[in-house]
Amino acid sequence: MASAFSSSGNDKLFGHGPSPLIRCVLLVLLSIVIITVDHREGHLDRVRQSLALLTYPIQLIVDLPSSAIDRASESLSRRGELLEENRRLRAERLELSGQVQRLESLEQENERLRELLQSGERVGERLLAAELLQVSLDPFRHRVVVDKGSRHGVYQGQPLLDADGVMGQITHLGPFGAEAILITDPSHAIPVEVNRNGLRTIAVGTGNLTRLELPYLPNNADIQEGDLLVTSGLGMRFPRGYPVGTVQSVERRPGETFAAIHAEPAAALNRSREVLLVWREDGLPFDRDPLADPDSNGGRDQDQNDGSGSMDEGESQ
Amino acid sequence: MRDQPAQARWVIWLSLLVALALTIWPLPDTVAPFRPEWSALVLIYWIMALPHRVNVGTAWITGLLLDVLTGSLLGQHALALAIMSLVVAGSHLRIRVFPVWQQAMTVMALLGLYELMLILVDGVTGNLYDLEWRWAPVLAGMLLWPWIMFLLRALRRQFGVS
Repeated sequence: MASAFSSSGNDKLFGHGPSPLIRCVLLVLLSIVIITVDHREGHLDRVRQSLALLTYPIQLIVDLPSSAIDRASESLSRRGELLEENRRLRAERLELSGQVQRLESLEQENERLRELLQSGERVGERLLAAELLQVSLDPFRHRVVVDKGSRHGVYQGQPLLDADGVMGQITHLGPFGAEAILITDPSHAIPVEVNRNGLRTIAVGTGNLTRLELPYLPNNADIQEGDLLVTSGLGMRFPRGYPVGTVQSVERRPGETFAAIHAEPAAALNRSREVLLVWREDGLPFDRDPLADPDSNGGRDQDQNDGSGSMDEGESQ
Repeated sequence: MRDQPAQARWVIWLSLLVALALTIWPLPDTVAPFRPEWSALVLIYWIMALPHRVNVGTAWITGLLLDVLTGSLLGQHALALAIMSLVVAGSHLRIRVFPVWQQAMTVMALLGLYELMLILVDGVTGNLYDLEWRWAPVLAGMLLWPWIMFLLRALRRQFGVS
């Protein structure tokens, strides 16, 4: 196509004849086909991945100043500050390992109780630390770029955590980097449950980094301010039991079917640079309910989606 | 004379690369909605100045890269840039002789068309949010046009791009 144009391009006076129009029409049709295929099927991941090889360096270059400043401030900070930080981290570690001791015995106990109830085993999880690149993709959508890609075993739909809670999931994969959608993006929904009583619902993004919406709870639902929301694992994408947010306001509206409930994300969505990627312990993706026994439901996973599964899929547009 | 086109392409591709980088440059939240559409502005200039060198195909490829870079629907920016470029290519002789302020108004109309195509695709695929801020990049692009044009024209003359 390029050669066809350069031959007509020598003709500078008439360079804007019918040829650009025809080319434009062809390209527009091609674009519409690509848009449709990408929107409906998502078969173009390969094209996207190979193009990502070209665009990932641009993202790295844009990230360079802020990562250089981070590194410089690390090497320039005073000895006293470093000692202070070291002391603080040591204390934190002691505290955390104390909590983990109790957690291990609780996990054992949970396992035994599950055996008594004859329900499936909980699958363990494996974590990989990654860094977010300091790039802003679109002010109206909440997307971030992670510096780990398919080379590191990252897969599409993989959950992304930070130190405090769930951040989002991977949407587009490149060989060296990947793009993730945050839970506050308006097109994202995550199945959650109230930690206090197990009430299940869906938390939808609002487009505001500090706000989630719970639009599907009736006025008489047992939920109150300060309730912790954790992932319910029902979307078969996020592992169960990770904190998502805290309920901030519950407004029961007598005239409406549903209450207006808002929550604040637990993860520091606009501040974290260090994030965690989660796998099952055996390295497989979470595309199946980790609690379900694959033999007992005869592989008919699709039917037991209670609507939250399909909501969760809704992000990939 | 023969080796100038090679030089020329180098400058054009570099300016487009810089435009792509500026598109994802981190900005404070208050300024971010006003981020101009850098790639569209740079493409408008090159198509206006060198329509035989930069054309609808260049715009389409840039748009495809923009799609992958920002993670939007594949083909969305490509479609919008191709249509906008067709209009520029069709009227480049007129736009070239406009005074700067009139050029800026034309650029605003072109950016408006570009934004409209993006909104159209967003609407059809059900991704339309924050509609009330979509005018901001158009306005920012119009205000920045004179500076971008002077800068790129200086570059073009400096390197003898033709």
